[in-house]
Amino acid sequence: MNEGRTTPPRRVLRNLSAKIASIPMILTATVVFAGGTVWTVVHSFTNSRLLPRLNFIGLDQYERLWSTPRWLTSIENLLVYGGLSLVLQLVIGFVLAALLDQKIRFEDAFRTIFLYPFALSFVVTGLVWQWLLNPDFGVQHVVRGLGWESFTFNPLYDQSIVIYGILIAALWQGTGLVMCLMLAGLRGIDEDIWKAARVDGIPMWKTYLFIVIPMMRPVFVTTLVIIASGIVRVYDLVVAQTSGGPGQASEVPAKYVYDYMFAAQNLGQGFAASTMMLLSVAIIVVPWAYLEFGRRRS
Amino acid sequence: MRDRFSIAALSAGVALGLAAPAMATDLEVTHWWTSGGEAAAVAEFAKAFDATGNKWVDGAIAGGGNTARPVMVSRITGGSPMGAFQFNTGRQAEELIEAGLLRDLTDVATKEKWAEVIRPKSLLDGCTVDGKVYCVVVNIHSWQWLWLSNKAFADAGVPVPKNWDEFVAAAPALEAKGIIPLAVGGQPWQTTGAFNVLIPAIAGKDIFLKVYQDKDASVAAGPEIAKVFKAADDARRMSKGSNVQDWNQATNLVITGKAGGQIMGDWAQGEFQVAGQVAGKDYTCLPGLGVNELISTGGDSFYFPKLEDAEKSAAQEVLASTMLSPATQVAFNLKKGSVPVRGDVDLAAANDCMKKGLEILAAGNIIPDTNQLMTEDSNNQLNDLFVQFFSTPSMTPEDAQKRYAEIIANAD
Repeated sequence: MNEGRTTPPRRVLRNLSAKIASIPMILTATVVFAGGTVWTVVHSFTNSRLLPRLNFIGLDQYERLWSTPRWLTSIENLLVYGGLSLVLQLVIGFVLAALLDQKIRFEDAFRTIFLYPFALSFVVTGLVWQWLLNPDFGVQHVVRGLGWESFTFNPLYDQSIVIYGILIAALWQGTGLVMCLMLAGLRGIDEDIWKAARVDGIPMWKTYLFIVIPMMRPVFVTTLVIIASGIVRVYDLVVAQTSGGPGQASEVPAKYVYDYMFAAQNLGQGFAASTMMLLSVAIIVVPWAYLEFGRRRS
Repeated sequence: MRDRFSIAALSAGVALGLAAPAMATDLEVTHWWTSGGEAAAVAEFAKAFDATGNKWVDGAIAGGGNTARPVMVSRITGGSPMGAFQFNTGRQAEELIEAGLLRDLTDVATKEKWAEVIRPKSLLDGCTVDGKVYCVVVNIHSWQWLWLSNKAFADAGVPVPKNWDEFVAAAPALEAKGIIPLAVGGQPWQTTGAFNVLIPAIAGKDIFLKVYQDKDASVAAGPEIAKVFKAADDARRMSKGSNVQDWNQATNLVITGKAGGQIMGDWAQGEFQVAGQVAGKDYTCLPGLGVNELISTGGDSFYFPKLEDAEKSAAQEVLASTMLSPATQVAFNLKKGSVPVRGDVDLAAANDCMKKGLEILAAGNIIPDTNQLMTEDSNNQLNDLFVQFFSTPSMTPEDAQKRYAEIIANAD
């Protein structure tokens, strides 16, 4: 026992309690996340139906997936919804934050109001907006009641614009959080920078655009990750608002995965679809991570 | 007062406990019967099972089969099975049986001579795998019905149609009065169901069997099915404006006279009954769309997962035989709007529509249900196709038929 004390502690034993405490998380990450991912990818090459089976059939599930009109619609919807919601949430969130940053009165009250929708789940958000956008009770009904008889605002029942109806609800729900993150970032900017810019006579919008925003890079990255992960997994909002309808006009990939894994009792097809979702995320994340973290090392 | 009641209840329980050899055991039964008519029917099962001294623990899952089935399957595969669960009669439980997760009921079946009392025989065959019986078929539901609102046609000033063609011809008169001719809900299975009803009515029973039983893709791409797609095109035009989701909301449009008719299985009858409507007076039913009078023998079955608990296993047997007892069969099916699986029960209380169904059944004009012929996977692909077809006016019947034939070719 005495010998142990005299020799310097070995590296493995350093911070032993911290290492023990992180074992559950390491196990979760490797077994549940990595293990589950590998298991899913492997089974996507099988013809598993209701129960998983290891009966390999090559790329058949993927061939079927990419020849299914519903999957193609889902991908298209995800691109439209994802692109627009990413850009709009960032722009609206930043503008709101910049406005709140002008040392206005009742800032706390406004912040609370803007952040409130985020406290609601997607399901509740979806139901609320389903009613608001319903032509028989919602916005259209109210405006027509005010006398504008020909007013038509009916996105959830129109195949060509239904995805924008979902986008509205998503923006309403998510922008508040983006605003708060941005506001925190703005508050982190040193007052002296503003003073210096004012002394140099740089207009406010230019200061924001060319000085403040580049300085807020870490905040933007965090926000981007949060928004993007929300986009890829969008499911409950669509189910609550339209259940993928009218027809299949508002289908999304996550819903395809769920429907084929469980309702259609075809695990293989669902796994193939979820592997494609993983792949598309990887295509975006891997080059970005390489640029972001790889550069620093060299 | 309250004490006296509980003493009475207790003594009743003791009396029943003495009468029935089974111990009082709680058994959870999951199903997706949540509409008015369905809930009334399932209450009959609960009443009959409670009377045996056991306790029915109701595990209703709202949202229909597509929502409920995954929940049930994950409970069974996840190791916390319920006492019994409902599936549609057919291939939905195929893999659970193969995996050995469900209980073999052969003993009860032989003891109670199910092979003799259940008709048509094909129903019990559907429950039998390798000579062992795995499920209790509780009713016969058929899809092939056209429900018409007498009020809607009176309002439009045209006589109530006697077949599909007359119905299509009457559609403009209904539309002129602001009545939706054909109510179709947005749930995908409804449109597929309607199409599958049109096949035997328009193209005949043989074509139906060639497509779904033999999976003959050349027939599915052929001229007979092309005619069916033309009819589906009519149906699509007639269903414009029915902005409802659930089937019972669509039925409600017919009940209130806001829609002329609906193609829906005989479970819709339960809704007419709950609304206090009388067959022949308030509504009219046309089996086989009035063209080809035949019905399919789908329906609901109960399956029993293997349980560790011996008492619960015993209660499962009691439940299985209770569900098939003549008295329960009559009480349940009258409320459900379906036909009993026993040929030896008295159905004097049946209404006109149900009697029509019984006659067709007795005459043997039956076809298997698509659930018995196709896997859930193929059915889901058909759902995807038809929900798109019905909601996209620009999709031509020819394009839809091409995809239809592909799905049939890949079905197993």
